[in-house]
Amino acid sequence: MAATPSPLAAAPSYDAARVRRDFPILASQVNGHPLVYLDSAASSQRPLAVLRAVEDYETHSHANVHRGVHALSQAATAAFEGARERVRRFLNARSTREIVFVRGTTEAINLVAQAYARPRFGPGDEILITALEHHANIVPWQMVCEQTGCRLRVAPINRRGELIAEEFTQLLGPRTRLVAVAHVSNALGTVLPVKRMVDAAHAHGAAVLIDGAQAVPHSRVDVRALGADFYAFSGHKLYGPTGIGILYGREELLGAMPPWQGGGEMIRTVSFEKSTWNELPWKFEAGTPNISGAVGLAAAMDYLESLGIEAVAAHESRLLQLATAELARIPGIELVGTAAHKAAVLSFTLAGVHAHDLGTILDTDGIAVRTGHHCAMPVMTFFGIPATARASFGCYNTEEDVARLVAGVGRAREVFG
Amino acid sequence: MDLKELYRDVILDHNRHPRNFGRLETSGGEVLHAEGHNPLCGDRLSVYVVLKGDRVEDIRFEGTGCAISTASASLMTEAVKGKERAAVARLFDEVHTLLTRPDAAAEATLGKLAALSGVREFPARVKCATLSWHTLNAALERGAATVSTE
Repeated sequence: MAATPSPLAAAPSYDAARVRRDFPILASQVNGHPLVYLDSAASSQRPLAVLRAVEDYETHSHANVHRGVHALSQAATAAFEGARERVRRFLNARSTREIVFVRGTTEAINLVAQAYARPRFGPGDEILITALEHHANIVPWQMVCEQTGCRLRVAPINRRGELIAEEFTQLLGPRTRLVAVAHVSNALGTVLPVKRMVDAAHAHGAAVLIDGAQAVPHSRVDVRALGADFYAFSGHKLYGPTGIGILYGREELLGAMPPWQGGGEMIRTVSFEKSTWNELPWKFEAGTPNISGAVGLAAAMDYLESLGIEAVAAHESRLLQLATAELARIPGIELVGTAAHKAAVLSFTLAGVHAHDLGTILDTDGIAVRTGHHCAMPVMTFFGIPATARASFGCYNTEEDVARLVAGVGRAREVFG
Repeated sequence: MDLKELYRDVILDHNRHPRNFGRLETSGGEVLHAEGHNPLCGDRLSVYVVLKGDRVEDIRFEGTGCAISTASASLMTEAVKGKERAAVARLFDEVHTLLTRPDAAAEATLGKLAALSGVREFPARVKCATLSWHTLNAALERGAATVSTE
């Protein structure tokens, strides 16, 4: 494979070897081999900076937030609200009132489904999604349709895994109340033209939710420039902890929405006759939040920005090109998702070897890839396949990882003769 | 973990050339049928059985799956054909023990099914090997149903 000129030839000075040293888990041995972690689209690993920020918070600052006058409660509140301000800057949101802490992307979408869509929509209304959505951006809308009588429409994709723009435009109409789309497809890697989709949807008076789970680790997201009404993502795909995620919502929309869960924190006053709601964003944060998760997420944003999101994205893009070129040369490999504009995800099948067997064989070589339907069963159905193997890249992956993947796939072909 | 233990020649052969593969149609007698689904990996298979009294007169399967689920289904159809239901149930118990108990020795009655013993080193794959058996049980018990490994 050294015969082909490497797309990495002109690589600028991104030092992935140095980045790797920031991630303790990457020094692990798996099944007797150094770990090759190619499953960041499912969950990325965490750098020391994140682990230490969480530990530091837990060691020195933990108490419940917004509750006490004592020093630790104030320290915890400062850390938690400081993290919110960090997220606001990361997204270039106008105000921290627009930043709601949630468990993850799934919870963010469910919040919008239940607190925005459900009270407003009814028979005759339509929610428009695309054919490449993750189940988390399908099922909450199906539930709203059941609850309200509104209708789910699906904009189709082509064989490359790209949205068919004309069909999307045609599906927009006066009935469209909400457009909910992935920024980047988790199963195919396709980057969607979300800015144009937002503009088109707004022209019809529809609100737009963007599922940014796969986008934020690979691109700078400016919610104001995008014009998004809602933007959702998870911390753990962004080198942060699990169990913490963000719903960005335009203040005007969030302000008009009812709370979706009741409890502590989200109220201003409670009596048995009537309770009144807290201000934004706490109105949507019932119960004690994941404080250390928020602190870890803020640290992850600091870390990613210290590397430079653009530099990371350029590095991942070179790895994607290299892996695409190398895998495509292996007989029997079929790439699934060949959009012109992709990010960090490479889905493929190998003739005669089921994805699950391929995953097991790669695992015995210490290579972690995701195999299966990637929580996007309709995508698999569209391509007429039960499953794919998916390699996904993060800031710490290297050419060596790609070489190990290619060698592992070769070994799978040998095992299955 | 030894890949050769998992993907033994018998397994690879039955994956490449599954026996008793395809829909079972018969002019006489009811065809019992059930579908099995492993949502984790997308494996789907159908098992068709014709009983004569309490004996498995004929059995076929079809579907898509990984090598372990395909080979296990293929081996199962060979092993249970001609057996009484009680003997089929005993065989499933033995296969289940083989797949899940680290120290289990293969019973002589298992025959070629003993080739599945390597699966127990790969816990994530045990469901692949048992899918066809659960589906067969569903076909025998309820006549028609969908079973899931989840």
